[in-house]
Amino acid sequence: MSMGDPWQTAEIPGPKKALVMTKPEIVTAMIKRAKRPILIVGHRAAEIDLGEELLIDYLIRFAKKTGIPVVATAHILGEFLKRGFKPAHMPAVNIGSRLADPEWQGLDGKGQYDLVLLVGMQYYFEWLILSSLKHYAPYLKTISLDNVYQPHASWSFPNLSMGKWKEALNVVMQKLEGGT
Amino acid sequence: MSIKNVRLKIDELKTRMALIKNLQLSIGRVTEETPEEPLGPTPFPSLTTLREWDMKLLKRYKPYYLPFCDVCCLCTFGKCDLTGNKRGACGLNMSAQQSRMVLLACCIGAATHIGHARHLVEHLIEKFGRMHPVDVGGVNVEVEAPVTRLVCGVKPKTLGDLEVVLDYLENQLTHLLSITHTGQEGNNLDFESKVFHAGMIDQVGMEVADLAQISAYGFPKADPEAPLIDLGFGVVDINKPVILCIGHNVPPAIGIVDYLTENGLQGEVEVCGLCCTAHDVTRYNPKAKIVGPISWQLRFVRSGVPDVVVVDEQCIRTDILLEAQKVKAPLIAASEKNCQGLEDRTNDDPDKIVEDLVNERVPGVLILDPEKVGEVAVKVALKLAPKRKKFKVIPEVKDVIEGAKRCRQCYRCTRACPNNLPIPEAMKMAAEGNLDKLNEIYDECIGCIRCEHACPEDLPIHSFIVKAAEKKMKNETFKVRAGRGAIQDIEIREVGGPIVLGEIPGVIAFVGCANYPKGGREIAEMAMEFAKRRYIVVTSGCAAMSAGTYKDEDGKTPYEIFPGYFDAGGLLNVGSCVSNPHIAGAAIKIASIFAKRKLMGNYEEIADYVLNRVGAVGVAWGAMSQKAASIASGFWRLGVPVVVGPHGIKYRRMLLGRADKEEDWYVYDARTGEKVYVGPAPEHLFYAAETKEEAMVMIAKLCMRPNDTTKGRAIKLTHYIDLHKRLYGTMPEDIHLFVRTLADVPITMKDEIVKILEEKGWKERPIPDPTLLPRLIRKRKEEQP
Ligand code: SF4
Ligand code: SF4
Repeated sequence: MSMGDPWQTAEIPGPKKALVMTKPEIVTAMIKRAKRPILIVGHRAAEIDLGEELLIDYLIRFAKKTGIPVVATAHILGEFLKRGFKPAHMPAVNIGSRLADPEWQGLDGKGQYDLVLLVGMQYYFEWLILSSLKHYAPYLKTISLDNVYQPHASWSFPNLSMGKWKEALNVVMQKLEGGT
Repeated sequence: MSIKNVRLKIDELKTRMALIKNLQLSIGRVTEETPEEPLGPTPFPSLTTLREWDMKLLKRYKPYYLPFCDVCCLCTFGKCDLTGNKRGACGLNMSAQQSRMVLLACCIGAATHIGHARHLVEHLIEKFGRMHPVDVGGVNVEVEAPVTRLVCGVKPKTLGDLEVVLDYLENQLTHLLSITHTGQEGNNLDFESKVFHAGMIDQVGMEVADLAQISAYGFPKADPEAPLIDLGFGVVDINKPVILCIGHNVPPAIGIVDYLTENGLQGEVEVCGLCCTAHDVTRYNPKAKIVGPISWQLRFVRSGVPDVVVVDEQCIRTDILLEAQKVKAPLIAASEKNCQGLEDRTNDDPDKIVEDLVNERVPGVLILDPEKVGEVAVKVALKLAPKRKKFKVIPEVKDVIEGAKRCRQCYRCTRACPNNLPIPEAMKMAAEGNLDKLNEIYDECIGCIRCEHACPEDLPIHSFIVKAAEKKMKNETFKVRAGRGAIQDIEIREVGGPIVLGEIPGVIAFVGCANYPKGGREIAEMAMEFAKRRYIVVTSGCAAMSAGTYKDEDGKTPYEIFPGYFDAGGLLNVGSCVSNPHIAGAAIKIASIFAKRKLMGNYEEIADYVLNRVGAVGVAWGAMSQKAASIASGFWRLGVPVVVGPHGIKYRRMLLGRADKEEDWYVYDARTGEKVYVGPAPEHLFYAAETKEEAMVMIAKLCMRPNDTTKGRAIKLTHYIDLHKRLYGTMPEDIHLFVRTLADVPITMKDEIVKILEEKGWKERPIPDPTLLPRLIRKRKEEQP
């Protein structure tokens, strides 16, 4: 399997495909460059175990550190609330269609976003949400934070083992903490 | 009655002058108008007749495209890269291409049902005659064909009358398909309007098929107490010869049942089915059994239980011949649409065919005569069963363990699996002798065997899963009520008021295929939740089977727990895929019987009524096929929202309302002509949910309608808020959009909600007599002459 192979073998995209993030630093660099980033978290983030914590716990730390607004999709809202973190809430197709609308003014009414980080949906579901953004939201950069290659994003990790993924996420956090 | 057109068909006429055979004379169509039932403005609508209505819907429910393919390869200009909404060589952009693909899917779906209907009607006319009456419920169902009456403006009284309807459908379908040709329609919204048209004619086609089979075969006629049918892998008596029927078009399965009856062989052979043929054969004979939904095909065949496999049409695994051969079960293909490369033996002596099959001279045969299929299948099953001894290809536990040891942990299986199931992990455990994880996978496996085709070690992964879950599978014994067909007029009269006023919080229809993200049990859980909340829960097709797969502490299954009446707290199975129009028909009948709106050829007004007043929602949790796409689009044009499971996002286009755009949610008050804001009700027309929990909250929300009374709205809000709190852990943030006056606020939550309303700056607003159609505005008294 090469780095640019979709996780689900037959979900072949193209011609435009995500750049592979070989270095997690790309995530922090992109965040720093963005004026209006947003993080969208699908239901699986409460199921994915990173060892010491669940993915959702990592994402809460990430959101607190960066101050990036979070949209929880499906029923993961309750899991955030249980942890004392209050994200915005919207079904995935609702936030997807709003991001694909150049006129949308964002959750705070201050304008459309310029960077979308996505994580935690079913692979094929996220694949299609990212496809809509690739085709209809040229003003957006998109990053998939999952451990699988999402070809419709602007940037995606390659398919990574849990261990490698955890390492990458930790590097992202360190870079954020280090402020570089 | 005004006869606009005439149709004459003579099979055989002998006169002194000549012998006339098969004379058909058609001069247009017969439409009917009586003083009680005047004809509306749009009988037999053409491609553009309802375009204005469609555009009203599409303005509010905008297409959200999620391209499933970045290129178009439909003509030799291509492949054309449409990335970023670029245009291809023909000039079409990405949005139009996506809607074109949706139209293509809906044409395939509609063609399948209309072809099915044509085949059935022809067969039944041959058997029962053109004058055989259409009767789906005697005096209990006077509006026998609500969809056909609504769309076409005709009242089919006999099987022969159905042919006129089919002529119209085939005509429209040809035009619709032609629109997908290169260089036709160029605008995505016009494509979408045609998608609605395809869905609408599909509903008529399905209705024709079910009317014909109910009338001629004597299926349950709008019977709320239709018999309970055995359902599940474990209900089939493996000590008997077993005939398995797969597909949708029931005559061959009925041929089998009739042959058994006529020859005193009932009870000696098990007749069971998968998918809609199973529904329909049990509507004919309640002793037949339903194995399960369509995706259970391989697990059942590989288990070796069936001695003969009979396939008709639609949703059958196209490798069924190979799989049947593996277990030494002959295959009988019984439809022109699915010949499986087999020799046509329709005109051969049945005993000769039997001999060839029993002696394994041929792996299967094509027989295009349902009665002959019946005779051959039964004779083969009786002769072969003692020889086959239920020969199976499910391995023994030791073989699973040995096989699992060969697993390379390459993950190709998981990467091929639609549900991303953790097969390598399960293999690792199996190699150590623990089959628990494989057993767990069974619950979410849809039986597609993509994993097997991907595996470099050629491991029969699906068979391993089935072995690991063997015990569980054998205990799968449930009940499903036989498809009852139509909803009685009297039931509509009784619940019409409570539904339109909102006091019955909604009608929820679980329909469609079995491409489930987490197993069929989710359907049973959702159906029971809403039935307990006293919604009316309707089921059909594979979803109707899955809805039955649950047992409470007393061993009772959902169809035993909830009654089969079209009433609050009911759980009713209308039947197979082609029975879906009874659900649309119920909404239509609420408008026509309860509210006395004109029905015949009056589509737009009735759809406007349904959209604004009838809190109905369709749920196709495992929607997989093109038929499911066209079924959904038939509901959209009628104003009924549809929720699909996560795989449904692959239909590549949602129809979503924007609750944040106030201007989208104004209707006319038919009393005054004023424009009134009614909130986003219903918010969406086509919506894919990521999880069951999300779907349940959305279903409750989508049941709200502008016409709800304050009491009704309070009840609907109670369910929406309650589910939201339970599944999301908090109050919904959009309550203020659904509260029109303080009387809408559920009394038990008053303080909490009033506080939210104050925070949101909510203002009271009127409750109109809602319509989107200016022509329905009644003039003020003083303006009237
Ligand atoms: S057969 Fe089951 S496990 Fe295998 S790919 Fe299909 S769904 Fe996945
Ligand atoms: S594809 Fe076959 S060899 Fe590879 S992990 Fe799956 S079961 Fe093992």
